[in-house]
Amino acid sequence: MKVITANFVTCAVKECKTSPASFPLHFHDAELEMQELDFQPEFIRNVIPRIDWEALRVTANELGFPTLPESKPEAGALNDEQTLKDLHRILLETQVMEGKLVCGNCSHEYTIKEGIANFLLPSHLV
Amino acid sequence: MLPTPDTSHVSFDTIYEPSEDSYLFLDTLSSESESKWLSQRFDSSSTNAVPLVVEAGTGSGVVLGFVAAHSQNIFGRPDILTLGTDVNRNACLATRETVSLAIKANQQEGTVPDTKSNPHTVHISSITADLCTSLRPGSIDVLLFNPPYVPTEDLPRLPTASENDPVMAQTMSYSSKFESDSYFLSLTYAGGADGMETTNRLLDAIPEILSDRGVAYILLCKQNRPNDVKKLIHEWGGGWNAETAGSSGNQAGWEKLVIIRIWKENSIV
Repeated sequence: MKVITANFVTCAVKECKTSPASFPLHFHDAELEMQELDFQPEFIRNVIPRIDWEALRVTANELGFPTLPESKPEAGALNDEQTLKDLHRILLETQVMEGKLVCGNCSHEYTIKEGIANFLLPSHLV
Repeated sequence: MLPTPDTSHVSFDTIYEPSEDSYLFLDTLSSESESKWLSQRFDSSSTNAVPLVVEAGTGSGVVLGFVAAHSQNIFGRPDILTLGTDVNRNACLATRETVSLAIKANQQEGTVPDTKSNPHTVHISSITADLCTSLRPGSIDVLLFNPPYVPTEDLPRLPTASENDPVMAQTMSYSSKFESDSYFLSLTYAGGADGMETTNRLLDAIPEILSDRGVAYILLCKQNRPNDVKKLIHEWGGGWNAETAGSSGNQAGWEKLVIIRIWKENSIV
């Protein structure tokens, strides 16, 4: 799974949906793999409006990337090639192959195996 | 006709093999009327933000792969993000492969002559999940669902995380593997009462999971009573709409299939 996925998923437990602590889920013991993709500045510019920046900063930090700027790149910063390249690398080229995604509210752990995260709940949590 | 994604790598022991309903999806989304409707909503002149296209219950991934490879024809833009969910881990692995191959095949064919608009659709992940229950509310722009729609006496229960454990599968006896395969296959078609039990769960979630510009396509068979479903959606109020976007099969036969489009009128696009 690409790192950008963490910006779109949340805990599957119903009661967690209303808790701000359930987003983003936190990566634990993540094993990363880089997959080279053509750098398309326009694409990254169009992806940025879809990103919850605060959540991405948390995720990037957990995965050991250099700290992202405090606020989402806007206007002139969107033409800064290095910024776009950094985002391209984090969001689209980085794959999480193994590890866990952990809910900050209920502490439930979702396992990632061979790049596929499993969000099915044990029967007592459904 | 746009090329159909290759699914020759998929083992159909536990995964639904692309059939009439899958192909109706491809026909409907790439039809002139639907692609025009979608392009008006999502093309790059109307919005910069890349649409997130999610398919619930991807199976082989043939539908999501098709959409990923042909986003220029369907959405009027070369860049979309795709994400697939399925309760069967094997289907997730198959989908990841199908979508990546479909994107690659289309890039090689160069159906988009302008190199600047080469498809750079990205499949962000396939996740093992129940419908859209693990997706963030308000995040889905386009939702696709070819449900288990066949009316059955019982609705099969959902698998647990451990039933999808690849290590467990390797240690199974032949008879328990057969049982497990049959169970996973039943999940691809068995819809419970009126064939609607799973679809109803997804419908209930739609107002919450779709973005402001969101739209959902859901396939129904005649026994699901598509007209009642559309009526129900209109009764949600708040500008919610449902319309038939495509249909196939013999009008008189029970297998008549339709795909309905669900969206919110007056939403900010």
